[in-house]
Amino acid sequence: MSLLEVTDLRVRYARQGRLRAALRGETHDFEAVSGVSFSIEAGQTLGLVGESGSGKSTIARTLIGLKAPASGSIVFDGEEVASASARDWARLRREMSMMWQDPVGSLSPRLTVKSLITEPLRIHGRKADRDEAERLLGLVGLPCEYAARYPHQLSGGQARRVGVARALALDPRLLIADEPTAGLDMSVQGEVLNLLNEVQQRTGVAILVITHNLNLVRHVTDRMAIMYLGRFVEEGPTARIFEHPRHPYTKALLCANPEPDPDARGERVTLSGEVPSPVNRPSGCDFHPRCPWARDACKTQEPDWYIEDDRGHRCMFPL
Amino acid sequence: MVPTALNAAASDVSGAASDTLVSIEGLSVDFDTGRGTVHALRDIDLEVPRGKVLGLVGESGCGKSTLAYSLIGLLAENARVAGGAIRMGDQDLTRLGPAAWRDLRGRRIAMIFQDPMTALNPVTTIGQQMLDIQYRDKTGRAAKRARAIEFLEQVQIPDAPAKLDVYPHQLSGGMRQRVCIAMALLTQPDLLIADEPTTALDATLEMQIVSLLRDLQRKFGCSVLFVSHHLGTVAELCDEVAVMYAGEVVEYGGARAIFHTPRHPYTQALFDCDPARIKEATRNLPTIPGTLPDLRQPPPGCAYRARCPHGWARCEREHPPLYAGAAEGQQIRCHLADPEEGAA
Repeated sequence: MSLLEVTDLRVRYARQGRLRAALRGETHDFEAVSGVSFSIEAGQTLGLVGESGSGKSTIARTLIGLKAPASGSIVFDGEEVASASARDWARLRREMSMMWQDPVGSLSPRLTVKSLITEPLRIHGRKADRDEAERLLGLVGLPCEYAARYPHQLSGGQARRVGVARALALDPRLLIADEPTAGLDMSVQGEVLNLLNEVQQRTGVAILVITHNLNLVRHVTDRMAIMYLGRFVEEGPTARIFEHPRHPYTKALLCANPEPDPDARGERVTLSGEVPSPVNRPSGCDFHPRCPWARDACKTQEPDWYIEDDRGHRCMFPL
Repeated sequence: MVPTALNAAASDVSGAASDTLVSIEGLSVDFDTGRGTVHALRDIDLEVPRGKVLGLVGESGCGKSTLAYSLIGLLAENARVAGGAIRMGDQDLTRLGPAAWRDLRGRRIAMIFQDPMTALNPVTTIGQQMLDIQYRDKTGRAAKRARAIEFLEQVQIPDAPAKLDVYPHQLSGGMRQRVCIAMALLTQPDLLIADEPTTALDATLEMQIVSLLRDLQRKFGCSVLFVSHHLGTVAELCDEVAVMYAGEVVEYGGARAIFHTPRHPYTQALFDCDPARIKEATRNLPTIPGTLPDLRQPPPGCAYRARCPHGWARCEREHPPLYAGAAEGQQIRCHLADPEEGAA
């Protein structure tokens, strides 16, 4: 059994103009996540890739109980969490933890590193002494003297490490990392990713990495899913997707993150237009207005989810 | 596919004019802070070639934004030009007063900023902002409006006349950045400074904006100073590249030379860290150990010495000058490139 099993998850947000919509008899909400299914095995890393507004952070917020799903099921270690009570969540949050996107912004400026990393232990009534703080600092490779520092005295990479230490304080079984390297310099990105890999090898924690950076996904994940307008367009083993993307959007994303080489200019698929709004979904295939290979059928017919061996995609005419 | 619907013939200026538009000579910029003076730029020698795209690459704190801002006179209050000159024509930009700067900015030198939302005025329509920027022209309102529409079309904004009446928040991030580019080019500047113009955008939009910039630069023939930490976009867009570290230019050359045969150990390490260049999937990514030197007291020798795997006694002692590299115009601030060391 998988550690986390998500089936047909749908999440809705209310739109502005609720009253006007009600008077006209229209719906006033839209689906930010529209029927997503996936699973994560213990000790595995899944990458969730997509551009802004694709719904990837909404999935993270729903998994950790900050947003209620409209329908669908989320089963964590055999337990349905979509309908969990507040009391259940207190326990569940020990098992799943989150690494927030903004490394410095998610740390209180008034607490020292020691109080920051032992805060989860205090909240959950565990021992939160100096030894614990030193153990956690050691886990993320920070020297013990950092315990007395405040967030503004840390560099971006060090603040990330504190974020990792906080997330790992309660020995979770699932770690959700939202853009773990956003805003970090390239020479430091590797440090944070290596740390996550190392921690996973040592503790066997499963990791869900949410990012728009495909290069990162290639090096740290076992499987990856590509999202567009709140749906998966492709999902499968990372290496196979990089080797041979089946969905045109995956192909375009891979091209948008090129190897830096002045001689490789212009050999790539560049998409025109922008991501449409989930409030106003295109007819047929979500991607057809931007797809360089779209045919007539794509404009009217909604593609199914096609499964091939251990991967799947949502394209009627795959590459 | 690649939006190249620009109708006017792209005049290829890359070979035609090779002279210099702006010449930065020994520029040093200090910041006075409560805890001492930070020597953010030290003795920068750099030429912005006419009609070409010069890329400035480096990590946070290397001084690339400080250099860009000093070219348009927008340095922070506590910044001070400690030495050197920025020559454009017969003017030294470091000595200009506020009135002279106002005359240059937005006319001969324009800038595109990182965040297109904060660069536009949220309470005024796009049209009003595009008219305001033409305040120097003696033409009438209708002519200015027509020019605004023309430039919105140049940056491929659909339904341009209608867009004049919208407010910035009604546009997506990519559209806003297009508006900023249109406004910067409206006055046909000689130099366009683009400070991380695609960092706030999604990957597929990033490539759209980069190819748009490329097309427009070819068409208008202006010089572009493109500041970025994203090596992929720099390789895509730039003719020449300057790599900066700790307030200095450590390597300079043609884009092909820099990307194919980087000579400075920092450039090499930086490129090695780019996951886009690592072909095989790996769970152990390269990093650059160590930290930037304290720029309040820059080290006497090479600034990269403490992190460099090749350093030896001379690097500790002697600050390396820019040595000429093998490729034409390539310059490397590293003793390894000293022809006399090479003989050993």
